[in-house]
Amino acid sequence: MARFVFVESRDPYECADCARFLDLVGGVRRRSHEVTLFLVQNAVLAAREGASHAGGYSDLARAGVAVVADAFALRERAVDRLASGIEPSGIDRLVSLALTPQTRVIWH
Amino acid sequence: MTIGKNLTVAIMDPPYESATTATALRIIDAALRQAQVVTVFAYEGAVSMTMKAQQPHANPVKGTTVEQEEHPTTKDWIAGLFALARQTGAKLDWINCGLCVDERGAGETIDGPRRGSPKDFFEAVKLSDGVIVIPTH
Repeated sequence: MARFVFVESRDPYECADCARFLDLVGGVRRRSHEVTLFLVQNAVLAAREGASHAGGYSDLARAGVAVVADAFALRERAVDRLASGIEPSGIDRLVSLALTPQTRVIWH
Repeated sequence: MTIGKNLTVAIMDPPYESATTATALRIIDAALRQAQVVTVFAYEGAVSMTMKAQQPHANPVKGTTVEQEEHPTTKDWIAGLFALARQTGAKLDWINCGLCVDERGAGETIDGPRRGSPKDFFEAVKLSDGVIVIPTH
């Protein structure tokens, strides 16, 4: 088992290949790896409760992916309520994850 | 601070063009509080972030002076990161890719950054506990 941190910086309203990135995240998780999806910048727009694209993040959370949203980005965009399965966190958590042994970070 | 940890971060976005710049600097800031060594490899447009000649400006639309506008510059933010490193005892090794510097005329930098090459990035990665490569869009 390996550890992966996928950082999504783009939002699915603007970027057509965000869905493919989430497919990649889900695929890696299905291979029983430990996976975190870390949302930064405009990617947190789809983390808002009720957002039409929030389901992709919640589905990954149900599949065992740790879905984390940058609290700074959430505040910038006035995202107060998150879709199910998404937790807010500081950017220091991304650094901690990157420093965890055997961890690969992939940024989209 | 996590003793003995090394993190390498590669960045490519030029200053003022993308939200990624602020995110990258926030990551480096957080890393300087956790790791012992943080290596930043600035590639392509990111080499312009440390240019000494950056200057803030007034805003004639809003009618603010330079002082009132308080326009941030990336060189000042990065100088702040070097100051943070001195405070935490971490080592910040900021490397600007030399070929990218030459192309952009970005050779005059603030104190702290050094000129290097992709080989330096490769060597830093070999010594690192973690690597974050932040691409441009």
